[in-house]
Amino acid sequence: MVEYINLFLKAAFVENMALAFFLGMCSFLAVSKKVETAVGLGLAVIFVLGITTPINQLIYDNLLKEGALAWAGFPEADLSFLGLIAYISVIAAMVQIVEMAIDKFSPSLYASLGVFLPLIAVNCAILGSSLFMVQREYTFAESIPFALGSGFGFFIAMVALAAIRERLKYSQVPGPLRGLGITFITTGLMALGFQIFGGIQL
Amino acid sequence: MSNSKKILIDPLHINNPITLQVLGICSALAVTTKLEIALVMAGALTFVMVCSNTIISILRNKIPPSIRIITQLAIIASLVIIADQVLAAFAYQASKQLSVFVGLIITNCIVMGRAEAFAMANPPGPSAMDGLGNAMGYSVILIIVAFFRELFGSGNLLGFEVMPTVNNGGWYNPNGIMVLSPGAFFIIGFIIWIQRWISPEIQEETN
Repeated sequence: MVEYINLFLKAAFVENMALAFFLGMCSFLAVSKKVETAVGLGLAVIFVLGITTPINQLIYDNLLKEGALAWAGFPEADLSFLGLIAYISVIAAMVQIVEMAIDKFSPSLYASLGVFLPLIAVNCAILGSSLFMVQREYTFAESIPFALGSGFGFFIAMVALAAIRERLKYSQVPGPLRGLGITFITTGLMALGFQIFGGIQL
Repeated sequence: MSNSKKILIDPLHINNPITLQVLGICSALAVTTKLEIALVMAGALTFVMVCSNTIISILRNKIPPSIRIITQLAIIASLVIIADQVLAAFAYQASKQLSVFVGLIITNCIVMGRAEAFAMANPPGPSAMDGLGNAMGYSVILIIVAFFRELFGSGNLLGFEVMPTVNNGGWYNPNGIMVLSPGAFFIIGFIIWIQRWISPEIQEETN
């Protein structure tokens, strides 16, 4: 049990998706203007990550991995090169299903997430997490805390940046740095802060 | 002629995909610790981008709008698999260091963004040009960032020693932060600063 908690904390802080691996940067920068929308997208990311990474783990382990098709009579088949297209299809399909499910069961949540749900399909944090899962050979049980931790780390980083940017509105920024420039430098400073977790051995 | 020149040149500066359209930032930050890796990544992206824009543009009247995202993703994913396999076969070291980031070209917003914004509405010729132009704009930023990060982070360029480091008996004390993630954010921030200082018309109004 302890190792799963460690995996969660490591994925959330030490190996923060956004600040250490730069994944999901596009939506990270584009949607962090307001805390409210940042919270909405962050929750959606946790949700979709928590579902797709374990599913992709099952697909990889049971269909794509070298020798995984032994049960079907193809012990030598190695389909791992098809991984990319399989994972992205799962993600796109899952996003579509999640969108329909939320629309049906909780219209208020659907309205507040709005346009962000479809955008998640092309959020690199989601696909990146699946690819890391394959690269580090996580088991099905390990992939769940890893996915939830990554999503949680992304959520924290994005909400924190949104809060800083709301404050920045009232400061005098030199013309050429306004908007994107100052956001980049702020994010750099935040990444510097997150480096503190780097030395922690769990 | 001037139109196609505009399509090709605009993304290099005043409509740069990274610093103005805010597309494809993830990989721009992640693969730039070494110049060589950045060059490989730029090459792979250029290939995927030109091919995907051309193919999607050829098919633009045949793709039903309701399933266009997944169709585009399927086309892009196939191209990325080709690029990934070619790299693994001919540049194994670089492909190991790029790790998941070749795969992440699929979700690189530049490819999707340009497919959606340009290739779905224009004939194949200009679409290919647009793909090439944006890939070049991306590559330019990638190369500038990687140049500074490798030079100041490890004193090397393309693996050759330029500024001998203290550890190797030289004089240069490597700046560790350049190799870590904050360095990349700062350098892109400065590039944006300089770019918008040169061309004030692309400055933003509010923070």
